[in-house]
Amino acid sequence: MATWQSVLAAAGPATPADLVAARTQMALSLGWHIVLACLGVGMPALMLIIEWRGIRTGDADYTRLARQWAKAIGVLFAAGAVSGTILSFELGLLWPGMMGTYGQVIGLPFAAEGIAFFIEAIFLGIYLYAWDRVPPRAHLLSGIPVLVAGTLSAFLVVCANAWMNAPRGFALRDGVVNRVSPWRAMFNPAVPHETLHMIVAAFMVAGFLVAGVYAAGMLRGHRDRYHLLGFLVPFTLAAVFTPIQILVGDFAGKRVATLQPTKLAAAEALFRTGAGAPLSVGGIVTGDRLRYSIEIPYGLSLLVGHNPGTVVQGLDAVPRAARPPVMIVHLAFDMMVGMGFLLLLLSAWLGYTWWRRRELPRSPWFLRAAALSGVFAVVAVEAGWTVTEVGRQPWTVYGHLRTSDAVNPAPGLWTGFVVVALVYTVLTVVTLYVMRLIRWSERPVAPQERDRTREPEPS
Amino acid sequence: MDTARIVLVVMWVGITLYALLAGADFGGGAWDLLAGRSRTGMARRGLIERSIGPVWEANHVWLIFVLVLLWTAFSGVFASVMSTLYIPLTLAAIGIIARGTAFAFRKAATELWQRRLFGGAFAVSSVLTPFFLGTAAGAIASGRVPPGLARGDILTSWLNPTSLLGGVLAVMVCVYLAGAYLCDDAVEAGRPDLAEWFRVRGLVAAVLIGAVALGGIAVLRWDAPGLFTGLTHRGLPLVVAGAVLGVGSLVLLWRRVYPLVRATAMLGVITILWGWALAQFPVMLPPSLTYRQAAAEPSVLTATLVVTAIGAALIAPSMAWLLAVQRRALRDTGTPE
Ligand code: HDD
Ligand code: HEM
Ligand code: HEM
Repeated sequence: MATWQSVLAAAGPATPADLVAARTQMALSLGWHIVLACLGVGMPALMLIIEWRGIRTGDADYTRLARQWAKAIGVLFAAGAVSGTILSFELGLLWPGMMGTYGQVIGLPFAAEGIAFFIEAIFLGIYLYAWDRVPPRAHLLSGIPVLVAGTLSAFLVVCANAWMNAPRGFALRDGVVNRVSPWRAMFNPAVPHETLHMIVAAFMVAGFLVAGVYAAGMLRGHRDRYHLLGFLVPFTLAAVFTPIQILVGDFAGKRVATLQPTKLAAAEALFRTGAGAPLSVGGIVTGDRLRYSIEIPYGLSLLVGHNPGTVVQGLDAVPRAARPPVMIVHLAFDMMVGMGFLLLLLSAWLGYTWWRRRELPRSPWFLRAAALSGVFAVVAVEAGWTVTEVGRQPWTVYGHLRTSDAVNPAPGLWTGFVVVALVYTVLTVVTLYVMRLIRWSERPVAPQERDRTREPEPS
Repeated sequence: MDTARIVLVVMWVGITLYALLAGADFGGGAWDLLAGRSRTGMARRGLIERSIGPVWEANHVWLIFVLVLLWTAFSGVFASVMSTLYIPLTLAAIGIIARGTAFAFRKAATELWQRRLFGGAFAVSSVLTPFFLGTAAGAIASGRVPPGLARGDILTSWLNPTSLLGGVLAVMVCVYLAGAYLCDDAVEAGRPDLAEWFRVRGLVAAVLIGAVALGGIAVLRWDAPGLFTGLTHRGLPLVVAGAVLGVGSLVLLWRRVYPLVRATAMLGVITILWGWALAQFPVMLPPSLTYRQAAAEPSVLTATLVVTAIGAALIAPSMAWLLAVQRRALRDTGTPE
């Protein structure tokens, strides 16, 4: 049995250009999908909250918002589903070296995720099409599986990613995997911090992005109750999650310190192992040094071990060839943390004025910042994933499989990347355009009886 | 039956469902292309949109399910297929993006030109995606995907007579399936005139499929002798059944017995897919890599089956509910004007 698998490893290497193309293509498609995935996890929650308020209070504004958001979800879900499908293809098209050998080890969470997608897609279909055909409460209930399945699918796929960072549950003999324990592989030590951090991030992104749309509307003078509610509900949800996220991020840092010390060292641009490690913010990496950064003495040691004497492993512990690109990882890490604190400030500002006066801050700068809060949250997520993925380099499966051995050795990946990049550019423009259309149109995604008269006429 | 064989059967059931459900969706897109100018085609496009609206997302998940089962249970086969066939599969993936988003976006579009643009992207990609998937199937069936990373020729593996036959047949079968479903749906929505329009064109498609399939016999004999032998020996009963069902479906369409047209068309597709599987069983990658050699460890296979079983228990009733809602939506909204 072990004989034929040797062909899965013994391919010639890809050219450096093809490797870069494959990595960039993966980063582009994942970076695109993650925004949709966050909305897919978070927006059903917003929609259910607002629909529930609508049923409770009988307030027409809530119901209008619920329908509007349902419409957006219908469109976004399609974009999320196709961009996710592309990822499943790309895992094989770009990284057959990983999938051929380790596909069986990490298959389980993906298989479970497939089930979750089914449930999500089915119930979303029911939710959208059954709106006027079942009693309001039953309709609300039909939306709950969408939320549960969405969150579950985020959990499951991040389990797979966590395995790449903390591979467990298998043994290797002559490059062939054996004694696989799929459950141990799935519930690996990186799961708790990664999944929690990601799910909280999804709620933040969805909340801030939706709130941002209504903040922009208020800035343009739409100061009615409808816009106020559309802003407050999602913003409050996201604001509640923000301090939690910073605590979870701290927990993630501590876990990474034990699981992948090199990644943490790159994130903090810490070159020398030692006690009393400082926390460095910003700066430029030249050679083996970080210059022009702001240093908080003992900061890192305190964060990792609650003690200034804690020894933190630096990049000098591994040979240069085993280090990730320090500059990118460090900047991305600072970007994520910076965005986290910026959003915390913004949330606290609203919390304060609401507590004192039951109203929004009067300064126009609040709404301006709030209109951009979704963008800040997206930046934090993209930066966080850069830390995780680039910080894992040169490994695809940490400690076992190098990225250069995972990539497809077929020639011409480069051309594929150019084509895919063009497709994504068009897709981005069109998605944004259609979201704008939805804002102005009153057409439902799924026609209900009373909408029949509103079909557009051919001109 | 060993666990590997059970997983293989489950996977093939997944492929069958994908072909039947998503295949009809792709076919719907192709009909959209043929539906005529904006004004005259309005009612036909409306029917297509309504027929596939609520279910396409769910239909589409079958593909993901199959991919995931393949890479979990037969990782090496997945890696070999994806690496050698990366060009047609990248193109199919792009087609899937264009198709899914354009269809969803068209519903949100208000202006005629927007609907035309999205409709065009939807229709064209609906034809290209099954074509490229079909070429990939032809590549595997004719033994042009050897085990290993990109060991096959990245061009001739899918640019060859058997692959082209696979691609063309895939598109035509999708068109026919969708035509059969649409006739039925049109009658249900109270528009026999629309059904008539689809019927005539469905008849033409059926005759064309028959012709291509007959020509295909010669192509396979010359280009993929291994597959040909399998189909004419072990797979023969199913191939014959497929032919009979195809002719039967044509006759029923002629006589406007739409519900039965639908059933026979579906059964025809099922027999062909299972005929192919039987023809090359137990080989997964011809000429010689068998499913037993390619299978993952028993622990993985068992875990996968457990998860799949739980999933099936959850999905079946939900899916039934969705289909019921869809039927009702079709009847309630009645005729697309
Ligand atoms: C709204 C988004 C957001 C915010 C405000 C933060 N993060 Fe984060 N972070 C993510 C979104 C994110 C993420 C995109 O979701 C990542 C990528 C992988 C993961 O598990 O979560 C991530 C990864 C990630 C990792 C790497 C985990 C790993 O590779 O295993 C660490 C160490 C931190 N974060 C730490 C923090 C700290 C100390 C923060 C304090 C402000 C913080 N994050 C705020
Ligand atoms: C942290 C990363 C990821 C998260 C949180 C995530 C989450 C999600 C969510 C919530 C959806 C539902 C679509 C929606 O509601 O808009 C989705 C779709 C999808 N994702 Fe991801 N995903 C992630 C990464 C990946 C990766 C790496 C893959 C590929 C292996 C993948 C494969 C898919 C697939 C196939 C779908 C389509 C499912 C459907 O048709 O409904 N995702 N993802
Ligand atoms: C959705 C959020 C994610 C983002 C934004 C992301 C980002 C990235 C980036 C930037 C790279 C390129 C690394 C480099 O440039 O050196 C990469 C590579 C990769 N990622 Fe992720 N990733 C995400 C989640 C996942 C998940 C959930 C998986 C699960 C299987 C995954 C699998 C991979 C693989 C296989 C590679 C290629 C190998 C490598 O370069 O290490 N990613 N990703």
